[in-house]
Amino acid sequence: MMRRMIRATILVSGDPQSLGRGAEDVKLAIEAELSFYGLENEIEVGFGGGATRAEMLPSVSIYPEGVIYGPVKPADGALIVEEHLYKGRIVEHLLAPPDALVSGRLAALPAGKEGKRYAEKRVLLRRVGVIDPYNIEDYVAHDGYFALGQAITTMTPAEVLNVVRESGLQGRGGAGFPTGMKWSFVASRPEEVHYVVCNADESEPGTFKDRMILEGDPHAVLEGMALAGYAVGAHEGWIYIRGEYILSKERLEQAIHQAEELGVLGDDIMGSGFSFHIHVHAGAGAYVCGEETALLESMEGKRGIPRIRPPYPTVYGYHGMPTVVNNVETLANVPPILLNGAAWYRTLGTKRSPGTKLYSVMGDVNVTGLIEVPMGITLREVVDIYAGGMKEGKAFKCAQTGGSSGSIIPPDFLDTPMDYASMAEKGAGLGSGALLICGQDTCIVDLASVLLRFFKTESCGKCTPCRIGTTRLLETFDRLRVGQGKAEDLATLESIAQNMVKTSFCGLGQAAPTPVLTALRFFRDEIAAHLDGHCPAGVCPMQAPPAAPKTRHKYIS
Amino acid sequence: MKSLEELQKIKERALQRRKLAGEGARARIVVAMGTTGIAAGARDTMAAILKELEKRGITDVVVTQTGSAGMSTYEPVVQVQVGDGELITYGNVDASRAATLIGKHVLGGEIVAEWQVQ
Repeated sequence: MMRRMIRATILVSGDPQSLGRGAEDVKLAIEAELSFYGLENEIEVGFGGGATRAEMLPSVSIYPEGVIYGPVKPADGALIVEEHLYKGRIVEHLLAPPDALVSGRLAALPAGKEGKRYAEKRVLLRRVGVIDPYNIEDYVAHDGYFALGQAITTMTPAEVLNVVRESGLQGRGGAGFPTGMKWSFVASRPEEVHYVVCNADESEPGTFKDRMILEGDPHAVLEGMALAGYAVGAHEGWIYIRGEYILSKERLEQAIHQAEELGVLGDDIMGSGFSFHIHVHAGAGAYVCGEETALLESMEGKRGIPRIRPPYPTVYGYHGMPTVVNNVETLANVPPILLNGAAWYRTLGTKRSPGTKLYSVMGDVNVTGLIEVPMGITLREVVDIYAGGMKEGKAFKCAQTGGSSGSIIPPDFLDTPMDYASMAEKGAGLGSGALLICGQDTCIVDLASVLLRFFKTESCGKCTPCRIGTTRLLETFDRLRVGQGKAEDLATLESIAQNMVKTSFCGLGQAAPTPVLTALRFFRDEIAAHLDGHCPAGVCPMQAPPAAPKTRHKYIS
Repeated sequence: MKSLEELQKIKERALQRRKLAGEGARARIVVAMGTTGIAAGARDTMAAILKELEKRGITDVVVTQTGSAGMSTYEPVVQVQVGDGELITYGNVDASRAATLIGKHVLGGEIVAEWQVQ
């Protein structure tokens, strides 16, 4: 499939407020001016989300440069086309000031130079795809281990912890818990032995951001762990890596070996008296072991089932000692924070959720893969700009954020800034960073049944709400798929799902009903249509499969 | 390692070594070898590049590997830099494209625009 070659995209903010202030006329003016200069075939114009605060609307964003103008009057539209797009000069006096930008902050970014694609901001991925992951010298040549070196020779552990706290870094595993706070819980414990554990059990279907870091820049994770260890008083760290990540494990082990040989890990690092050792522990393929207490159980050689919380791992973790459990992406954030300072980190992303975020983008879009963008960018920007738009013939119907246990969100969310706080306010979660984009021919009932089949298989069975709940939910959706739904099914689904959230033992059972609950909230009509034997997307078979022939067990006559 | 200065020295040495390696080399070829790349055939691409260089008797081209830069759609991804020129990123480089790239871009100095990833 070929896409029309375009050299620029112009998005005029199309929210009600902008439309009230003449955004429509601005768009018309731009289009008229483009055809005057004969640029209409190489430049695309459309409506997008408001990229600025209300007083700067209507705004006009120009990609790939990521320049944002605002407020723009229809007469300015012509000027922008003439100066910016025809002559290639930025119209300084129309630029929206950086502090007025609410989403993405693309205007503050150098376009296309640093990243591989449009205005991507690469902090975590700056070395991924650039250095040789098997060569520690490559990492050092790109400022590797300098954050650790400077921290342990010139700063106290409390100072390191303070920088991380002030940076506002939030856990990137999905929950968004403040990392500095988690560290301070461990640092303040009186026990003599503390541990750092890196959760690399990235088993959420559709999420592959951690793998990209581990494969492309393994030393960044090691350096982050050593810094965490220094801040919380730990001398031993474990990486619990997903069993299927064979290449990541190989590269990590090689990296640890090289780091110890060079003396940036091990005893008395750089003459500071600080010692830190890292070990790799491979999982065996259980989804539940991504839950931190099940992960610790598994590391101790027990069955991978979750523990009762509290006590949390920060108090009673690995072998009963205070333990920091952080996600790979969280730890990879630490070296750049220490190297550039908390204030620098806060210039990225939004006020409430600083920094950048990795998203693994999949589904009915033209460009799939991993992107790193500032927190607070909108879903529309991800789909239209970074993912190259929807595939031909597909219209955006819904997206699932954060992998299988994430929320299913409707087009209303396209202009919500993607950060932990803004998503939570609208009743959805950001999750681990997977973005599954679905077109109009995706059926919500079919999607839910696929997701629930996964959870039914992966439930460890320890607690009843999760074990029975996932099974009953799946049965109900499977009945809906074949047109055998009952009138009370929607209420039953809701009640089972809510009970699972309230009473399940661990995150698996608490999160598994999320797609069901969000689907019921945002796509209730579509699910209800299945009760009348009709699948609006035309995906579900709507009739029972022919009964399997009954076979008798051969030993019973 | 006994001090931070030692790390600084290692960095300088590494940069120096890269520069020296770069000075003698006609070109640099970087193959993205993450799981996605390998699944899409990056190992075959790498083998084809090495074979083609050997076949043509070229010894002054540096071939290295790196992780995947995230462009899953375009894997296997190969980057080519001739001399001090621009680093060009190519997508969907299978074994046959790899051989062509060496002939056209590395030796001929001509960028194959249709395979380029923007």
